[in-house]
Amino acid sequence: MPTSSELKERIEAALPGSAVAVEDLTGGGDHFRAEVVSDQFAGLSRIQQHKLVYDVFGAEIGGPIHALSIKTSTPGGAQ
Amino acid sequence: MTNDEIRGFIDNAIQENQVMLFMKGTPHEPACGFSARTAGALNALGVQYAALDILPDPRIREELSGLSGWPTIPQLFVKGELVGGSDIVMEMFESGELAELLGVEQPEEPAEAPQPEPARQRIGLENNLAD
Repeated sequence: MPTSSELKERIEAALPGSAVAVEDLTGGGDHFRAEVVSDQFAGLSRIQQHKLVYDVFGAEIGGPIHALSIKTSTPGGAQ
Repeated sequence: MTNDEIRGFIDNAIQENQVMLFMKGTPHEPACGFSARTAGALNALGVQYAALDILPDPRIREELSGLSGWPTIPQLFVKGELVGGSDIVMEMFESGELAELLGVEQPEEPAEAPQPEPARQRIGLENNLAD
């Protein structure tokens, strides 16, 4: 069963230099919310930003990770 | 129905409907909180949209995600382009960007906005008992 800290580590490893906070919404290890701040999001649309985060987990989304709610931003705060 | 036929049906639905929502359940009876919120945002803006319930066959979701590259449900398409899932749609609803994209006025008090009848994707099995 995935944990919040495992998700956080994996996002940070995939997006070096990012600041990540992950919350287990239900405590059940399957519904998570991730807030990700990364300068790699600069110039990307929201769709592209969220896809970068989803891509870390591939087919696990919809499988062991039932739901991953995402909020992305860049360090400057611009989208 | 083959997987190719399902994919073709989904592709058509995206191209033919200006505003196309793939969700769990229906706008009247959403089967998931994320889908409910996304349909609710469209209802609050008073736009006409088509909705398709992905639950009746697991292949609908597989083919949709294969086509869009987006892993979760709901998925909102406007003018043939993926706008996003519930997080993005709600962010854009709250900021007024969604109203702008759809060419409607942002309601001042979304909670009291009229709830229009959403357009539904007809699959030929509906009855009219509720009327």
